[in-house]
Amino acid sequence: MIVPLIKGLQITLKHLFKKPITLMYPEEKPDVAPNFRGLHALKVSHNKAKCVACYLCPTVCPAKCITVEAGEDANHDKYAAKYEIDMLRCIFCGYCVEACPVDALGMTQTFELANYKRSDFVFTKERLLEKK
Amino acid sequence: MEIMGLPLIYYGAMILKVLLAFVFVLLTVAYATYAERKIIGHMQVRVGPNRVGPMGLLQPIADGIKLFFKEEIIPSEASKFAFLLAPLVALIPAFISFAVIPFGDVIEIAGYKIPLQIAAFADNAGTVFDLNIGVLYILAMASLGVYGIVLAGWSSNSKYSLLGGLRSSAQMISYELAAGLAIVCVFMVSQSLSLHAIVADQAGLFGWYLFRNPFTFLAGIIFFICSLAEINRTPFDLPEAETELVSGFCTEYSSMKYAMFFMAEYANMVTVCAVTTTLFLGGWQGPLPSVLNFIAKVYFLMFVCMWIRATYPRYRYDQLMKLGWKVFLPSTLFLIVGNAIWITLFK
Repeated sequence: MIVPLIKGLQITLKHLFKKPITLMYPEEKPDVAPNFRGLHALKVSHNKAKCVACYLCPTVCPAKCITVEAGEDANHDKYAAKYEIDMLRCIFCGYCVEACPVDALGMTQTFELANYKRSDFVFTKERLLEKK
Repeated sequence: MEIMGLPLIYYGAMILKVLLAFVFVLLTVAYATYAERKIIGHMQVRVGPNRVGPMGLLQPIADGIKLFFKEEIIPSEASKFAFLLAPLVALIPAFISFAVIPFGDVIEIAGYKIPLQIAAFADNAGTVFDLNIGVLYILAMASLGVYGIVLAGWSSNSKYSLLGGLRSSAQMISYELAAGLAIVCVFMVSQSLSLHAIVADQAGLFGWYLFRNPFTFLAGIIFFICSLAEINRTPFDLPEAETELVSGFCTEYSSMKYAMFFMAEYANMVTVCAVTTTLFLGGWQGPLPSVLNFIAKVYFLMFVCMWIRATYPRYRYDQLMKLGWKVFLPSTLFLIVGNAIWITLFK
């Protein structure tokens, strides 16, 4: 009866000298997996968004959080005049990225999306554009 | 100048000793909460509090301020007088046991000999006169502690509090017996109830009553375990038992009154460790200056308390009773007999 009790004490004493596995979060950031589905990013090529406003992403979106409005640029090419994602509704399923035919949409490793106002959670095209 | 035949310096020294011991216990209580969280944290491979001040060292102060400014809630169905009295009744016995514990050797100030024990004085030859029933006084104060908890449990008028109070009274009574019988082994060796005489008899490592003979060794361990049960520390924290009784006897308490129960718990821990040190670990005897020996031993025992808390889960109620009445009580009786035979044989 006494031996297991002493064994238990040994285990806790051994752990006392182990390095804590705690991550000091705001100072230290966790290593996020490369395929982590965080904040969306609109990819850029030739200094403009690759999005052609095909409406596949709002169609496939199960949370109905993507709003796209098409526009016509100087070369009569179709582009997204308005591209908004409501992060409060988004469920981060990544279907929009899968659906995109021109690889214009991706997901980043950013997971710190807290904000003070509801309106700040609606990410406009400018905020979504990929940062290089 | 003399009062009642004693020079004034004795009274000054007495007041100073009271203040020092009180401040020491209060500071230890405050930082025991911090140390406990740190030690248990590290034993669980976490870091514990580290946000308030460097390494979280100001955490006890932050906790104190938080509790002080919390709203005072008294349940409308509570028995108000007893409800307000209970935290005091729990806290005071925890502190006053320190009156008889010798925390250092006799020191000399301006030609007067001052023993470092509150309820004691020494004549010019260095002979110490202290409370000659010191151990009984400690036992008495330890049993007073249960009233605070029972009173809190009963006056809250809540079923969880009542259950906590009932449990604690049953538990304290059962374990007091075994603890008292374990101390009998000490009396048999020391031939005295005065704590000064008990410490003076324990010079040298093998003079410690813990290492006097195999029976006192076991008695020391049993005394320490029973003391843990008496002050409701894990694994015997049934009166609080968060998982089943919300918070046991202090469920209905908030603000400073809750803090007083918390302080009582830790002050009891300090007292119990100090008593165990005095009775079994040679008190202030040791290689360092006398007070430091005492503090080091007390802190080591407090570390053991926290270590035990980090290791063992809580006893079930029937297991607790079985352990107290069927294991510890008979074995301490056996230890007394064995001790008597040992002392007679190896005089």
